[in-house]
Amino acid sequence: MPPKVDWEKCDGCKGKDEPLCEQICPGNLMTLNENNKAFCRPYRHCWDCMSCTKVCPVGAIETRIPFQIGYHGAKLIPMMGTDTITWTCQDIHGNVTRFRYKNRTDED
Amino acid sequence: MAKELPKSLDQVETKTVECDLLIVGGGNAGCFAAYEAKQVNPDLNVVIMEKANIKRSGACAAGMDALNTYIPTWDGKTPEDLVRWSREQVGGGPIREDLALSNAQELNQCVEELEEWGLPIIYDEDEEHPHYRGSWDISIHGEQLKPIMAEKAMDSAEVYNRIVATALIMDGERCAGAMGFGVRDGKFYVFKAKATIVSTGGACGIYKSYTSDGTASHHQTWMCPFNVGTGYAMGLRKGAEFTSMEQRWVAARTKDYCGPVDTVSVGYKAKMMNAKGEYFLNERYAHLGGDKAPRYIRANAPMEEWREGRGPTYVDSTHLDEEQCKNMLTDYLNERPSFVLYLAANGIDPTEQPVEVYGSDPYIVGGHTGSGYWVDMERMTTVPGLFAAGETAGGNPNKFVGGCAAEGKLATRGAIKFIEANGDVNIDESQVEAEKARVFKPLFRGKDFDGLTPEEIKERLQRLMDEYAGGTSQFYRCNEEQLDYALKHIKLLQEQSGEYITASDLHELMHAHEVFDRIDVAEIVCHHLKGRKETRWSGWQTRSDYPERDDENFNCFVETRKNPETGEIEVFTRPYERIVD
Repeated sequence: MPPKVDWEKCDGCKGKDEPLCEQICPGNLMTLNENNKAFCRPYRHCWDCMSCTKVCPVGAIETRIPFQIGYHGAKLIPMMGTDTITWTCQDIHGNVTRFRYKNRTDED
Repeated sequence: MAKELPKSLDQVETKTVECDLLIVGGGNAGCFAAYEAKQVNPDLNVVIMEKANIKRSGACAAGMDALNTYIPTWDGKTPEDLVRWSREQVGGGPIREDLALSNAQELNQCVEELEEWGLPIIYDEDEEHPHYRGSWDISIHGEQLKPIMAEKAMDSAEVYNRIVATALIMDGERCAGAMGFGVRDGKFYVFKAKATIVSTGGACGIYKSYTSDGTASHHQTWMCPFNVGTGYAMGLRKGAEFTSMEQRWVAARTKDYCGPVDTVSVGYKAKMMNAKGEYFLNERYAHLGGDKAPRYIRANAPMEEWREGRGPTYVDSTHLDEEQCKNMLTDYLNERPSFVLYLAANGIDPTEQPVEVYGSDPYIVGGHTGSGYWVDMERMTTVPGLFAAGETAGGNPNKFVGGCAAEGKLATRGAIKFIEANGDVNIDESQVEAEKARVFKPLFRGKDFDGLTPEEIKERLQRLMDEYAGGTSQFYRCNEEQLDYALKHIKLLQEQSGEYITASDLHELMHAHEVFDRIDVAEIVCHHLKGRKETRWSGWQTRSDYPERDDENFNCFVETRKNPETGEIEVFTRPYERIVD
């Protein structure tokens, strides 16, 4: 399922040669449309690795599970720190869980 | 970024890069290969050719929750013990014990280097040793595993990101580098090298994933769908020998999502359970090890339950308390974060409801099973100057992260020796022009051409392999007649894809070449499946017409070699040599 991009938030990483999601996607799937907003081009090719979601500097990208596989309304939002990651997960019943842990032991 | 596409071949710029050592594929093995080159000889000119961006490419792109091979030497365990375990995982052999032992002797250091570079390894309460979730696998918070490896590789080599490798360059019989095109800049790239390591990962998408029909996801696969077997395909077209391609990696995975299962089954002792509430591994497979049975048995067993009418199948996670469950979900966030989203999207609380499992689509991955190039102890393939490491090197299963890293280093050492002994390469430029024309042809067919998209051809191949070469829909079974049918249609796919495939942009041109590679890999997989006329690893390799194991004739490696001139594929065997007692 393609990452869902909030075009109100996405600014196309203006000033950069390539937006960060386009730089990072292992499948070469993310690019900009004519209005400089990011989108995932072959609709079905995303692996759900969430690299684009993690790297987006304005939090405009949300990874979704396709409806044929999972119900509507769940969310999983990563927040990247320098050596930690924080995930907020909301299930279809509205229950929210947070996970926070170190993902690096150095701070370079 | 929209860029002006070239309109004809003469508008395509050729960029030539010369180096000592070329590494095709900057994944786990490739990063360690580059790192090792800088350690051995800092003056060596090393180049990495990478299809994606090395910071998040390939199988480790999403991260990792465990390192599956780290030898607890403080418990008296030895590299030989790891080889014995690996041999048990493939039912007692065949396995290249020479390769397995040399990897095992090297891999602890690689794991320790990852920790030094910033990878968080989870320790038990006494803080002395890492936490083991099974006999050999340690838990990590590996969300940053790939960026951590990539940073070391970038310090050690010049990295060319977004280059799609398409062919090897030859100097007579010797490999002299590789060619490809830039999926962003549209240039044709020629990398001339004195030695080449191919570490492109394995092949996903040879077979159909059962969720690809009727869902908005074509890539709900466990293995990275962007690893398409290019490393195998480039070598087989030059006549390299391949081993054990019939030993396909099939695994019990979370149903519909195809996520890892060992995370909960091994890591949190959740037992596999069928619809009737039976813990079937312990009840029906106790004689083969029950919950600790070799991986192929654990992969096939849930599918047998389905086939016999006792599905759905689960891993029973309901014994977990809230804290254990949170730890388990944290592990998933480190490897396949969207599985946690999948559970949330289905309203599943694993402490109350077991997690459903099903068999994956088959993958060709020599870091997990034995598929890949036949290599010598230096990790050189049968093509001089061409080395293989990680998923591409065959005969030596159960490498996983540590073993692939170790093999990257070993391949580099072999390659450096080869460079010292053989020196420079000379290249006949006509092969460069011919490849450039082949690579860009799908882009220049013209608007009115009545052609085929890469997607159409890929889907036809995947359906063919699923139904006729032992895919998920067939419970991994195939027979001689099905394989002959598959091979007949693979020939047609090769002809028609060459003649009719079109690409409307550089991204689609990449897909076109991925399809060519997948078809060529599928062809030798079928020949290997035909060659092993027994059933040795049910699920991984099941011949419905030869249901028994036949040690008299098949306790050996099945090998293939494609004749580059005639296209004929020779199938033969090599003996299994038992080295470790």
